[in-house]
Amino acid sequence: MIKIWSMKKNEDAAAKRKPKTSAAQIRVQKDLTELDLPPTMKTHFPDPADLLNFTLTITPDEGMYKGGAFTFSFVINTNYPHEPPKVKCTQTHLLHALDRKIYHPNVDLEGNVCLNILREDWKPVLNLNSVMVGLQYLFLEPNADDPLNKEAAEELRKNRDQFVYNVRQSMRGGNIKGVQYNKVTVQ
Amino acid sequence: MATAEVLTNGNSTLCDWHDRYYHVDQILDRPGPRTDPSFMAGDGVKEFLRNQCKILVIGAGGLGCEILANLALSGFKDIHVIDMDTIDISNLNRQFLFRPKDVGQPKAIVAAEYIMKRVPGVKVSPYYGKIQDKDDAYYMQFNLVICGLDSVEARRWINATLVNLVDPENPESLKPLIDGGTEGFKGQARVILPTVSSCYECSLDMLNKPTAFPICTIANTPRLPEHCIEWASVLEWPRVQGDKKMDTDDPEHINWLYTVASARAKEFKIEGVTWSLTQGVVKNIIPAIASTNAIIAASCCNEAFKIATSSAAYLNNYFMLIGTDGVYSYTFEHEKRDDCPVCGGESLDISVPRTWTVERLIEMLVEKQDIQIKKPSLSTASSQIYFQAPPQLEEATRPNLEKQVFDLVPDGGEITVTASTLPFSLFLRITYS
Ligand SMILES: [Zn+2]
Repeated sequence: MIKIWSMKKNEDAAAKRKPKTSAAQIRVQKDLTELDLPPTMKTHFPDPADLLNFTLTITPDEGMYKGGAFTFSFVINTNYPHEPPKVKCTQTHLLHALDRKIYHPNVDLEGNVCLNILREDWKPVLNLNSVMVGLQYLFLEPNADDPLNKEAAEELRKNRDQFVYNVRQSMRGGNIKGVQYNKVTVQ
Repeated sequence: MATAEVLTNGNSTLCDWHDRYYHVDQILDRPGPRTDPSFMAGDGVKEFLRNQCKILVIGAGGLGCEILANLALSGFKDIHVIDMDTIDISNLNRQFLFRPKDVGQPKAIVAAEYIMKRVPGVKVSPYYGKIQDKDDAYYMQFNLVICGLDSVEARRWINATLVNLVDPENPESLKPLIDGGTEGFKGQARVILPTVSSCYECSLDMLNKPTAFPICTIANTPRLPEHCIEWASVLEWPRVQGDKKMDTDDPEHINWLYTVASARAKEFKIEGVTWSLTQGVVKNIIPAIASTNAIIAASCCNEAFKIATSSAAYLNNYFMLIGTDGVYSYTFEHEKRDDCPVCGGESLDISVPRTWTVERLIEMLVEKQDIQIKKPSLSTASSQIYFQAPPQLEEATRPNLEKQVFDLVPDGGEITVTASTLPFSLFLRITYS
């Protein structure tokens, strides 16, 4: 066998045995404890001992979604950050489809979110903070070019005033084109 | 073809007939101009390779079959192999240790039997199961580990395990890891000396990530058969099946996805959705090419042979093969990263009074000149000790500040510290004074 150990001796950072904590787990600890969130974003851990499952609530203080509270579930698997976290819009903590409808061009009625860094543009150097900031941005600048709710996107492109009106309606729990949305307004 | 006579020679261990290793011995009997100074030509090295060296092969699939055959034929005689899969009919075109009668059998067991039958005197010990089933003591028995895996997760696990195995008091604890991987016409082979050179985690951001299509394309403007399949698996499965978990190994589930994707493809006049493409997309199967596997496996085994015998300089440390556009290969030294979560960062042994509280320990970390950590968050492998953020977790862990470290961490126990001022993390091994 090659004598690796003699090389090792020359290394100043002597090897020390490290704990059995997985790289994914340490990375999540690092991401979470260094989160720098504005007052418009809050995380909630249903089980504080479980760092891999939590929700984020965004309450925009400007833009057309101002006054609403939008909740996203985060599920992180053991292959993080090789794989991005799985994020869905969920208006309650229940997983019932009827309970998570919001009127947004980039969020469909099942709670799927079209945000590039959650799929095709994810990189391990990105972190949970980047994802959360990206989500908040969707409420400041909804994007008609990446539609998941096609009708909402269509409206935004064609008639911005009508779109803004629809957003307000939907946030109060109104009905738009036959779809009943969830009330998300907070005081 | 194997002759009947060789087959019956099965497990006999003393069958090194005259000149069996004639060719390999040309290399082992005398030093060359580039051999390592520690190379002991002759019987010593042959004795080590053939009677002492214990090598572990992880994966008995496309790469694994090649690796096992190469090792056995180069003179390694104590080979262990782990694989958790069973043989599928689609493996038979390239996983040449398997025959149609073996379909459904564990790969590790069939591969081991085949090699032992075919190469007399070689002992191959199979384990049908997961690498995670085995403990440190198991991995400690090997001199070398070769990986021929298709899973990033499994590679990260074995990499971290071998890095953690390194014990400064024990030279034998440093196990070279040779990692091979292929994707179609592309492949790589690398040598990782845990804690000494760049590890698998150091280069995680170099990996090709599985192709992901923008979710809005899948939802609105599908153009490829893959878009229809992703639509079925990413959007329709959760919508229709609710909380039911998709099992990509369940043919019923693949059938469902195939049917849904086909209907979608028909609607958008897209051709090419097939059952096997559906399975390929949802399981993220990359076409495997026998010849790429052969090149990469050969390269891995050459490195294993050179490291085990010191007969020639080994790869430092990354060999990349790109066969998609002619033949291109490139060898370079991937650098170890200080901020690598597995091999980077520092590790400190500290001794604290039994009466110290967590708060006192944190104060010490912040004040300590040589580390200078701002706002550290602490945890053990099983629980949080103190988190600076987010607010809910800070509040939940705040009561621990007043507790004694001794109540949360046993003597000799470990604490993981993260902070924005650290490259990645710091490990503390606590003893009490
Ligand atoms: Zn590393």
